[in-house]
Amino acid sequence: MKTKQQFSYWNPYIVGICIGILIILLFVITGRGLGAIGAFSSVVATIMKGIAPEHALSNPVYSEYISGSGHPLKDWVVFEIAGVCLGGLISGLLSRRFKFEVIKGPRISSINRLILAFTGGLLMAFAAKVTRGCTSGLALSGGAVLSLGAWLFMFSVFIGGYSISFLIKKVWN
Amino acid sequence: MELIIAPIRFNYEVSTTVILVFALFTGLLFGFFLEKAGFGNASVLIKQFYFTDMRMFKVLFSAIITAMLGIFWLSYFRILDITQIYINGTYLWPQILGGILFGFGFVLCGLCPGTSCVAAFTGKIDGLAVMCGMIVGIFIFGETAPSMAKYFNFSALGDVTIYEILQMNYGLVVFLIVIFALACFWLVGKVEERFNKKLS
Repeated sequence: MKTKQQFSYWNPYIVGICIGILIILLFVITGRGLGAIGAFSSVVATIMKGIAPEHALSNPVYSEYISGSGHPLKDWVVFEIAGVCLGGLISGLLSRRFKFEVIKGPRISSINRLILAFTGGLLMAFAAKVTRGCTSGLALSGGAVLSLGAWLFMFSVFIGGYSISFLIKKVWN
Repeated sequence: MELIIAPIRFNYEVSTTVILVFALFTGLLFGFFLEKAGFGNASVLIKQFYFTDMRMFKVLFSAIITAMLGIFWLSYFRILDITQIYINGTYLWPQILGGILFGFGFVLCGLCPGTSCVAAFTGKIDGLAVMCGMIVGIFIFGETAPSMAKYFNFSALGDVTIYEILQMNYGLVVFLIVIFALACFWLVGKVEERFNKKLS
């Protein structure tokens, strides 16, 4: 029984409180919260700089991340997300949940699941650029400081999600 | 009364290496907590949208409530200067319509940007596919946004908070949100019970 408990998920409220305390510490120490999408933006900007430096520097979406003097990947949120990957890996290994597999509903093929995952990721990242933040940077961190936009974003995500979830029931159930 | 000591912020005397190691450590804890919540697995996270396991809501809201209360009390006791912390800017329509689009993407892939990294690094191939999709999504935005900037900057309201727009007391809004959240926690418990019964 003890071993089973060791490998099961934590109580969601306990996890929430842990993440909340982490955000408080971050605001006290650095003056801002967590983020995620910014790391992907830095990576894309760095790739574009490598392929077409002039084009990348003249584009405001990319230049924001690459116009500084240091290397664009030597950035707070890039290292934070590298930490997220590492932390997930550590917990996955300790909880024996690390496994190469495709997580999907019972009625969908793996290849279709991967196509949908790619498409969903594409839409989500595009949307997060429009909204200036994702679930971590806007909903979670902005929500904690009561940013109006953060709360509007959060409710919109739920509205958007629930408005199609039952239409694509077969994907997941 | 002159007690304010935070945000501490890193000044230039702290080396870049120290800052980046701190960022890595912060992320490590965040990723660890996300995996422990079950969010490295899309089939766990997606249950939120079928009302069968509302972990996503519980974690998100309890984290927001905890951080909101901490920040409020630290500023109330003049330890944290609330005017010096980062408040995400409000862009009314881009954030509402973009949020809906984000919700579509979320339900299609079952993960969010942060949790896709946790999924990928616990071996889930679909997590990796989400990360690849995100790279392409940002590229498409990068190539199209400059010509559509006026739409993306439409209805910008600045760094406005809920209590400022409602012209209400900060503490009162915090209190009302806590009450709202507690009511939601009770409600989602009932909803889960109902939908799980329906399925079995």
